[in-house]
Amino acid sequence: MNIVIAGCGKIGTAVLDSLVSEGHDITIIDNNPSVVSELTNIYDVIGLCGNGADSDILIEAGIENAELFAAFSGSDELNMLSCFIARRMGAKHTIARIRNLEFNDRSLGLLRQHLNLSMAVNPEKLAAREIFNILKFPTALKIENFSARNFEMVEIRLKADSALDGMTIEHMRKKYDYKFLVCAIQRGDKVYIPDGNFVLKGGDKIAVTADPVEVQKLLKDLGILQKQARKVMIVGASRTAYYLSKMLLGIGCSVKVIDSNIEKCEKFSELLNKVDVVHGDAAREELLLEEGLSSMDAFVSLTGMDEENILLSYYASSHDTPKVVSKVNRTEFSAMAEKLGIDSIISPKIATSDIVVRYARALENSIGSSVETMYKLMDGKIEALEFNVRQDCEMIDVPLKKIRFKSDILIGGIIREKKTIIIPAGDDVIKSGDKVVVLTSGHRINNLSDIIDWG
Amino acid sequence: MNHRMVFSTVGKIVWAEGVLLLLPYIVSLIYKEECSSAFLITILVAVVVGTLLATLFKKKDDIIYSKEGFMTVSLSWIILSLIGALPFRLSGEIPHYIDAIFETVSGFTTTGASILTDIEAMSKSLLFWRSFTHWIGGMGVLVFIMAIIPNVSKRSIHIMRAEVPGPVKGKLVPKMRDTAKILYTIYIVLTVIEIFLLRIGGMPWFDSIVHSFGTAGTGGFGIKADSIASYSPYLQWVITIFMILFGVNFNIYFLLLIRRFKAIGKSTELWVYLGIIATAVLCITVNIYPMYNDLPTTVRDASFQVASIITTTGYATADFNLWPSFSKAILFALMLLGACAGSTGGGFKVSRVIIIFKKIGSEIKRLLHPRSVKVITFEGKRLEEQAITGTTVYLAIYMVCFILIFLAVSLDRFDFETNFSAVAACFNNIGPGFGVVGPVGSYADYSVFSKIVLSVAMLLGRLEIFPLIIVAMPATWSKN
Repeated sequence: MNIVIAGCGKIGTAVLDSLVSEGHDITIIDNNPSVVSELTNIYDVIGLCGNGADSDILIEAGIENAELFAAFSGSDELNMLSCFIARRMGAKHTIARIRNLEFNDRSLGLLRQHLNLSMAVNPEKLAAREIFNILKFPTALKIENFSARNFEMVEIRLKADSALDGMTIEHMRKKYDYKFLVCAIQRGDKVYIPDGNFVLKGGDKIAVTADPVEVQKLLKDLGILQKQARKVMIVGASRTAYYLSKMLLGIGCSVKVIDSNIEKCEKFSELLNKVDVVHGDAAREELLLEEGLSSMDAFVSLTGMDEENILLSYYASSHDTPKVVSKVNRTEFSAMAEKLGIDSIISPKIATSDIVVRYARALENSIGSSVETMYKLMDGKIEALEFNVRQDCEMIDVPLKKIRFKSDILIGGIIREKKTIIIPAGDDVIKSGDKVVVLTSGHRINNLSDIIDWG
Repeated sequence: MNHRMVFSTVGKIVWAEGVLLLLPYIVSLIYKEECSSAFLITILVAVVVGTLLATLFKKKDDIIYSKEGFMTVSLSWIILSLIGALPFRLSGEIPHYIDAIFETVSGFTTTGASILTDIEAMSKSLLFWRSFTHWIGGMGVLVFIMAIIPNVSKRSIHIMRAEVPGPVKGKLVPKMRDTAKILYTIYIVLTVIEIFLLRIGGMPWFDSIVHSFGTAGTGGFGIKADSIASYSPYLQWVITIFMILFGVNFNIYFLLLIRRFKAIGKSTELWVYLGIIATAVLCITVNIYPMYNDLPTTVRDASFQVASIITTTGYATADFNLWPSFSKAILFALMLLGACAGSTGGGFKVSRVIIIFKKIGSEIKRLLHPRSVKVITFEGKRLEEQAITGTTVYLAIYMVCFILIFLAVSLDRFDFETNFSAVAACFNNIGPGFGVVGPVGSYADYSVFSKIVLSVAMLLGRLEIFPLIIVAMPATWSKN
């Protein structure tokens, strides 16, 4: 698929990285020549130096044959303008990053309609949404919803003294009689797609697919269920903090925001009057304790500095705050943060690139591949893909135990008629019109038939 | 330093050479020549060496940087030449291995300088292989490999950049592999058209194929003692035009394919290149007219020689050694100039000359108006300071190499003109020079030392100096 990306800052580069590994034909546009030469050295793409709204540059980028145009420059206005022009010049779909609050209120719908935007992405809002989901269900490190509302994939971390330590998956399924499936495990740097004989260990990060209610029951039985956070402390009065606070207020939480910049504090308080805004340096222990860190249900660190976020989160988790979430943008740092015991790490750029890749896959869907949605788990090492089962699928009405799958492939769930969730066992069958969630590590799967081992 | 990736890629290249050698082998079977066993042995050697390299250095990851790109390219070219020389030596038709290497390097680098004194005595399959090396080397061996082998490396841009000549290197389409495919398709189509046009003009099949290979790679190995001179005027004109076509940046043909005619009209390099050819033909025609007293022949010979020299091909239809000094001087200037960047031709490249002239202009302006600001543009785009510095540095290193090679070759017994033009002709991948190494002469009488030096000069010229220098530096080989 021909894709043009205009603006290759942090987010543009993250999107580029994911799209390149998907095998697309990509042209990048950036006005900084050193960025262009750097990126064309690393990635197999064409780089153009210039402005994304310049029609000459767009023609050179082959815009008339582009399936997708994505604008990720630092300016919302430029993004909107370049998407508008690109669309007029023949790009079939456009995605613009629009992050200013003013554009994200009521005007967003109007803008999208009149600019003919396929999608407007707001990295901060996406990150806020992810954090919000975690705070609603703090046991989980990450939650993904597939197309059916009552089908979730939840990542959880087993404690060292977990009851599951040393237990095989088969044993676990017998002991806890709920409908769930452990479909991926991360241990250290390695990821596994388990079979029944896989032995769990304390400290593993596991991904479970199940009905949300069943997950709650399972976690309760395991004794690790945490209640929804009610009192949340946020450091950094950033845009992400704004969206997050708004969502939290919406479900009746109490939110306290700390920032060392008085103007930001005032602005924040003006926008969200119900939030407790505190002006002060969050790096001072005293301030955090004074503001009641020890009585908080959750601590979220959203300053502009990755390092500061990691250290603050580390401090908060050492004070036994039940849930600590940290925004870390640099991928190198997030591995380090996990080593420090900070499990819930959110990165706006990864959230954004995931959603763009998902969109690109859906576009490809119309060209031949049939991936409905795609989620990346376990630091991107495992993909969960949702497929529509077409009538001509070879697997229809064959019991799963009779199908030989490739290694490192697992069917995580079957969604029938949007409502019924089947957590598959050997005797279950796939029917035409179903949606199937496939987990894979290392394979590039475009069609459902790609998962069968024909040899 | 990812040695494994470098050597395993080199292994693949050697393998590919084995496959390519099948073609001359088939030719030798068709003509029932004795040298077919020489090809068979060489194919075996290539397969064994290639397999050994690829298995001994099984790659662990395919992350490469520009250093690995330079290494892969230089090592591949050296090993390709060493193996490609075997058929000449094994068949006994070129008795000395060094001579065989000189001939093969001259082939792959599309130079066309020959040590053969009696070309017409050679077997047809060896002549075919000699010209086929031009065709392989013209567009680049690694570019070819990348076009056919899937997923060599995500970063094969580093390899392409080291192999494709020119100051500013770009891709036609986002993916390296697709770019390589497009380039090779254009290359093959043009070659096939030339073969047919020559055949229509009455040239035998074998001759048309071999000469088209020589033209396409801008190489210049002929199969007759007098090169192209004995063919009809029509055939000479066809070759003239195709030499000029293969000296054009291949991006132009791509623009033509995607119907972006305006961009072609704006291409400075193309028009300067054509302008230089026209001017040179005009000057030489006027200068040599008294020798011929026949306008059509004069224009034809002048055009053929100019096209042959500026595109660094090296075919000849006239012994320009006998021409007046002014014409020889023009030809010598064209030798140094070379063809367009991104073509199969060698030399310093028209685009570099344009950039340097623009830089000189802006420096002069700055001397007169110290506060003036002048941004240098090329093909409608701003040239980054880095690209300009790169070009001027290339000029400097080009001169330094030229002088060093000239000093080394001067140890030989030939006169100043012969040595100087021999170095120019090898370093710029042209082939014939003036004096003893003129269009009717050969490099046979040079000493072994000079032949090695000139072989290195040809490789330096084809790979544009830096890759080989980087490989020769000890620091490149240290682990880090």
